[in-house]
Order: sequence, then C-alpha cells, then structure tokens
Amino acid sequence: MSILFVLIPLGLALLGLAIWGFIWAVNNDQFEDLDQAAHSILFDDDPVAPEAPDRPGDESS
Amino acid sequence: MSSATAIAGAVEACFHCGLAVPPGSSYSVVIDGADRPMCCPGCRAVATAIIDQGLDDYYRHREGHGVNPEALSPSSAEESRSFDDEEIQRGFTRCDPDGIKRATLSIEGISCAACAWLIERQLRRRPGVIDVSVHLGSHRAQLAWDPTIAKLSELLTAVTEVGYVAHPFQPDREEQYARDQQRRMLRRLGVAGLGMMQVMMYAVGLYAGSLQGIDDRHRLLLHWVSLIVTTPVVFYAASPFFTNALRDLRSRQLGMDVPVAIAIGGAYLASVGAMWRGAGEVYFDSVCMFTFFLLLGRYLEARMRRHSDEFSRRLLRGAPRTARRLGPTGEEVVACRLLVPGDWIRVREGETIPADGIIVEGRSAVDEALLTGEPLPHARLPGDPVIGGSQNIESPLVISVTRTGASSTLASIVALLDRAQAERPATVRAADRAARIFVAVVLSLTAAVTFYWWHVQPDRAFEIGLALLVSTCPCALSLATPAALAAATNGLARTGLLVSRGHVLEGLARISDFVFDKTGTLTRGELELVAIRPLGEESEIECVAIARALEEHSSHPIARAFSRWNGPWVRRENESQSEQKIVCSEANTVTGSGLSGRIRGVEYRLGRADWALSLIPGSSAPSFDEADCAVLLVAEHGPVAWFGLRDELRPGAAKLIERLRRRGVRTHLLTGDPSPGATRVAHRLGIEEARGGVSPEEKLAYVRDLQASGAVIAMAGDGVNDAPVLAAAQISIAMGGGSDLTRARADSVLLEDDLDALGGAVNWSHKTRRVIRQNLAWALVYNLTILPLAGMGWVAPYAAAIGMSLSSLLVVGNALRLGDVRVSK
Repeated sequence: MSILFVLIPLGLALLGLAIWGFIWAVNNDQFEDLDQAAHSILFDDDPVAPEAPDRPGDESS
Repeated sequence: MSSATAIAGAVEACFHCGLAVPPGSSYSVVIDGADRPMCCPGCRAVATAIIDQGLDDYYRHREGHGVNPEALSPSSAEESRSFDDEEIQRGFTRCDPDGIKRATLSIEGISCAACAWLIERQLRRRPGVIDVSVHLGSHRAQLAWDPTIAKLSELLTAVTEVGYVAHPFQPDREEQYARDQQRRMLRRLGVAGLGMMQVMMYAVGLYAGSLQGIDDRHRLLLHWVSLIVTTPVVFYAASPFFTNALRDLRSRQLGMDVPVAIAIGGAYLASVGAMWRGAGEVYFDSVCMFTFFLLLGRYLEARMRRHSDEFSRRLLRGAPRTARRLGPTGEEVVACRLLVPGDWIRVREGETIPADGIIVEGRSAVDEALLTGEPLPHARLPGDPVIGGSQNIESPLVISVTRTGASSTLASIVALLDRAQAERPATVRAADRAARIFVAVVLSLTAAVTFYWWHVQPDRAFEIGLALLVSTCPCALSLATPAALAAATNGLARTGLLVSRGHVLEGLARISDFVFDKTGTLTRGELELVAIRPLGEESEIECVAIARALEEHSSHPIARAFSRWNGPWVRRENESQSEQKIVCSEANTVTGSGLSGRIRGVEYRLGRADWALSLIPGSSAPSFDEADCAVLLVAEHGPVAWFGLRDELRPGAAKLIERLRRRGVRTHLLTGDPSPGATRVAHRLGIEEARGGVSPEEKLAYVRDLQASGAVIAMAGDGVNDAPVLAAAQISIAMGGGSDLTRARADSVLLEDDLDALGGAVNWSHKTRRVIRQNLAWALVYNLTILPLAGMGWVAPYAAAIGMSLSSLLVVGNALRLGDVRVSK
C-alpha cells in the first residue's frame, strides 16, 4: 500500500491543477454567458460562398 | 361604412421584422432563393446588408423576427462622431498599453443567439477590430479595436447596417462590483466543491479503515492530505462566513452566519487539535461539505439577483449624455453635467431635452409621457418651460437652462423615490427575523447540550456539540427559500416577467390591492387609428392615404399611428398603384394645431377641428366622439374625414383584471392623464377605483392611505412619475418600455407586451409559496427529529453532515419543480 504515498500526492497535484483551471476559467469570463455557446455551434465558422447551381431558378425578377 | 375599426386582414408579414406589410408597398429581398416581402425601406436595407455580407445564416437560425429599424433609436451622425473624440471617449473606453482601445457597447434589438452571431460577424470583419464578443444575457458587447485603423463611429454604423443599434456603455460602479462579487463567489464555490470531492474520498478511506483496521501511517497520511485540502476551503472559500459573523457580532446581532462560522471554525480547529494530539476524530469532510452546500445556496441566490439586475439595467443607455451648447464660437457638444443655469442649448427634433429650461426660440411639441403620464405631446412655444428628460418631437428648439443636476425636476422625483423606498413597509424582513430567533435557539441549545455532556462524558462533549450544530444547521432551511425562488424566477423570466427581488414571488400571493398606471402600462402608450368616418366622397382608404401623405412629414405620435395603420385593406393592384402616387408638397407643421399641405393641387389641413375648419371660413363638420382623440381632415372644398385615435390597451389587460378579481384582489387605476379617457379605460376593464390627473405626490399619498388600512399593494407602472409610488408599494413591477429610472428601481420588470403574464405570475407565486412551505416544513421536521438524536449523542458528525446534505438536496429538488412555468398556464 506504499503506492498511496505516491498516488495521493499525485492526486493533490491534479486537484491543484483543476482548481487553477477553474479559477482561470472564471477570470476569463467563461461562465459569463452560458447560453450563447450552445447556439454558436449552429453557425458556420466562415460563411460559405453561396452554391450557385443549387439555387432555385430565377424567381426573383 | 360609417366607421371602421382596424380588423387585421390577410396582410403579409415582413420577413425581417414580422410587422404587417402596408398595402401598396413593394419592397422585397431575395433570401434563400425566394422573394421575401419587406415592410419598409429600413427593413429592406438591413436585410440586403445581411445578405450582401453573406450572413444569411442569421435568417436560418434566428428564433424570432428582427426588430424594425424604425423602432430603434440610433445616435445621430453627429453624436456618433462625438464618440470619436478623445475627450468624450475617455469616459467609456480603456486603452491598452499597445494602443488597443476597449469599450463596452450596449446593444438594442438583440433577441436571440443569431442576433449575437450576426453582430459579432459583422464587426469582426471590419479592419481594425481586434476582438468582439456579444453577451446575449446582458445585451452588451465587448469591443476591442485599433483606433489607428478603425473609428468607433464607423463600427457603430456597421452595427446599425445590420439592424441593431450600439451605444457606448459605461458600466456603473455598482454593476462592476456585482460582477466582481459574482466571480469571487464562483471561485469560492469551485474551490469548496473540488475540495469537498477530494476530502470525501479520503474520508471514505478513513471510515473503511476504522471498520477494517488501517495502518497508523496510512491514517496519518490521509489526515494530512485532508488537512492540506481543507485549509484553503476554510480560509478561502468559507472566509465570507467568518467576516459576516464578525460583522454581525460587532453590531450585536445574530445572523445565520454566526453558528455557521462557529461550526466550520470549531470543527476545523478541533480536527487540527486531534491530529496534534494524535487522538480523537477529524471532521474535515464535514467541514468541506458544509461549506460547499452553504456556498451553493448563496451563489444561487446571488446569481438570480444579478441576472435580473443586469436585465433591468441593460436597456439603460449608459452613453455619456451630451448637449449642444451655444457658445460664442457657435455650437459645441459638451457633456450634460457641464451645463450650468443660463446656458443656451439647442435640442433637435427627436432628441431628449438634457435639462430643465425655458424655450428661447422655436416652437415644437414636447413628449412628457414618461414624466407625467400624459399620452399626447404638448405644444411648447417660446417662453414655455420644458422638463429635462422629456422628448422634443417636432422641430429644433433653443432652450435657456434654468435648473440642472440636483435641483432639476427629474432629480426631485428621484429624491421622492429614495424617501419612499426607505419608508417601505418591512414585510421583507420577516424571514431574517425568524432566522435570527432560530439561530439563537440553536446556539443556546448547543451550549446547553455540550455543557451537559461535558459533565457526563467530557471526551464526547465536543463531538456531540458539533453534530448538533451541523445537523441543525439551517442549511435546508436557508436553501429552502432561495432555491425555490431561483427556480421560479428563472421560469418566470421565460414568460417575460423579470424578478429582481426575491420577495416579489412570495409577496404576489399575498397582495390585496393592485394599482396600475394607465399610459404605457395598461395601454401601449402609442396611439392607434381606431375609427375613420369619411365626410365627403372619398373612400376610407383614400382618406387614410391623404392623411398619410400629410403625416409623412411629421414625427408626432399621431403621424406614427397613420403610418402603422393597416386596416381592412382590399388589395387591388390598380388601387395600391394610384395610392402610391400621392405626394404631399408644401407640407407645413403648425405646432399645437396640425399639419397642412398640398396634394394634387388641393390644399389640405389635418389636425385640431377648429384649426382645420378655419381653412374654409364659416364651415362646420358633424360632431364625432368615437375615440379619445380625434383629428379632422379638411380640404379646400370641405371637410373630408374624421379620424379617431386611441391609446390601445395592451393585450391581456382585460384578462389580467378578470383574474385578479377572481382572486379577490381590488384593482385601482392612478394616472397623470387628466382627460376623461383615463376613467373610460378603467370602466372598460372593470377596474374598481380610478383617479385621473394625479401628481406623483398624490399617487404616493393614495398608496400610503391604502397601506395604512392594511393593504398589501402591488403596483405596475412605467413612467418616472410612477417611480416613487412603485418604491412605496410592497411589490413593484415596471414595464420594459418604461423609463430607465423606473426599471432600475423596481422589484420586477415586465418585458412582454402581454399584461396577462402578470396574472400567470400571481398564480405562480401561489405555487411558489406552496413549495417554500413544503420545503420549510421538511427542514423543520428533519431538524426536530435529528435534534434530540444528536443531543443524545447518537449521531456522528459525518452522519450529521450527510443527513444535512441529503435534506438540502431534497429541498433543492423540490424547488426545481418550479422551473417549468408552462404548467401554471
């Protein structure tokens, strides 16, 4: 069980990392807007050029 | 066809903003391969800009229609340009060392995530923009740009192009503070949560060890790591409990935080002591769990409050207010606070008058609706006084400033409001008092029990005392109310009522009287054309077309009523064609009377009956009393038509009054509008008491009288004149379109057009109260059961902590049922 003397401090280090990450996230406004991110996935990153052939004919005069 | 009321016919809706497309208009834009109708050139321009920029994704993903560009209030070109000025920019921008400027913009017209995306995209592709992020919840955008490449005014214009309006925004100190506070709480919550998970894990090892046997060195290791993890939880995460407890003790009061601080501090110190001595129990797990659940309750409560505070403030135009001062060198734009009595300022049409003053030059109509509650603008001539905060409608004015700052009319209303708020009946405090008594009982009980055990079995005294403190911790009790309120508040926000003070939900279930303002609250605050009576040979449609052509040159609310009207049109091609050709020349506004102009060579007048009839000496028109406000159209050859206008009721108004009556709530109408139309509205809705032409002071006195007779009052209003009464009422509801001041100070804000959302809220508050009672009952039963058990020493501290947590979870789970408001409908 001596492995505990390695694993538990390792766990502590990970915990420290997790806390650091969390605080970083809070300080960088990651928790400011929880709704926007859910929607932003719907949008293309870069607007794709309109695919000309697919467009339904010349309805617009 | 003697009179016609506006029956919505089969009118097409504008693809961009969703408003009806007026007949005869032929604006359209090709979107997604189809011709989409547009209601006005404004919408067409916006839609075209969006499509041209390749941003048509917006139309695919939006959740509702956009806002009609005419409904927005963009800054004038000149005002925008003033935002480029270094001196004015200093008020609202920060400058990075590398020359990048950052500003917060408040954005009008955002309704869904697609809007936020559209704005970000539009700005991001401008040269010079370093970063932009739009925050949907608060309707703000953070913008960083390089001033050497882009000008702020150009970026603001870019936002206007796609149908929104951005104003520079200066977050006030209060808001900044709330934001920092929120972050601090979140950091603490995170530390406590992560710490709790770890320490619980170690604790499982320790408990298993105490059952099966464990090496001393392993136990010591687990104790040490628990200590290492718990220390920041106690000294960082739980620090507010200690500071609050200290503050309470200093002011000789007992708050919830006193036993909490004693329990956390005591358990921590005792555990450290046990480690030091190498004997006794450690309670690190209880400490962390306790801290986490308490912080969670506080965080939920704070988030709810901040969320709605932000909502109510987001519409505040924090832009530096400017005025045009006429100096020796001509016109200069200065900040409003620099104005002194005696200054001459110019106020253009459409602008807000920055300070109280007297008109020196020009005649115009001034809209004081938000200040006095009167729906129609007043004609103001040279020598007349004007009030700061009202709006200049028709033509430019030169004003000599008489009062500014603290002595102005607006400031005196604010003072009245502050006083009313301070003297508000203390219904809110009841919960605090109950908690205080509870805390005192718990503390003395713990002391007595510990004292008893000290004599009987000294080594167990501390453990039992601690178990008692932890298990009776008003945790479930303190979570019971905030959790229910937070859930219900979120639910209500989705139906359009934004609650910023927790007591609204509890309170709405107890109200005995509901007081309404009229203009802008029960009514929309906008005139609508409700009746047309042709007097000559022209048809109704022709009459409206002529009136519209005349009114095109005016921004008076009456003109807006004509341009918005879309009655029972018969869409015939030739008719709509001919109608489009009507053009008015020589248009002229006569302040306080109406409009005159020439159409197809015939002179017309539209406005007050006596003035319009004076076009043909000796003529007369049949009387007309179908609406609150009537205007007469007269041509050279005789009267043409009467138009009846009315400030229409909001949808749901009648239903709300009906619902309130069924609940036995008395209804009152208090309005600053002295016209008989005010009381007529009350009659139509079945409101029991109505008073017209009352001043803010009289409104306040009226509400105070009711309260003196024991009434619990909810008040809904929108104007600055309502603000003091709102503050005095136990529960205040501001309208989303109301004045900044009213919204910022009210307990809740109604964002929907539909007044019946308030009826839903009343139902919901009854339900909320039921859930809170269930929660409190559970917490009480639990505490009463665990108290004797813990007192007799049958509950270990860890069991107490688990029991406390489960009890809290149950309470939170029960509260979450309130999140789904649809059930209440």
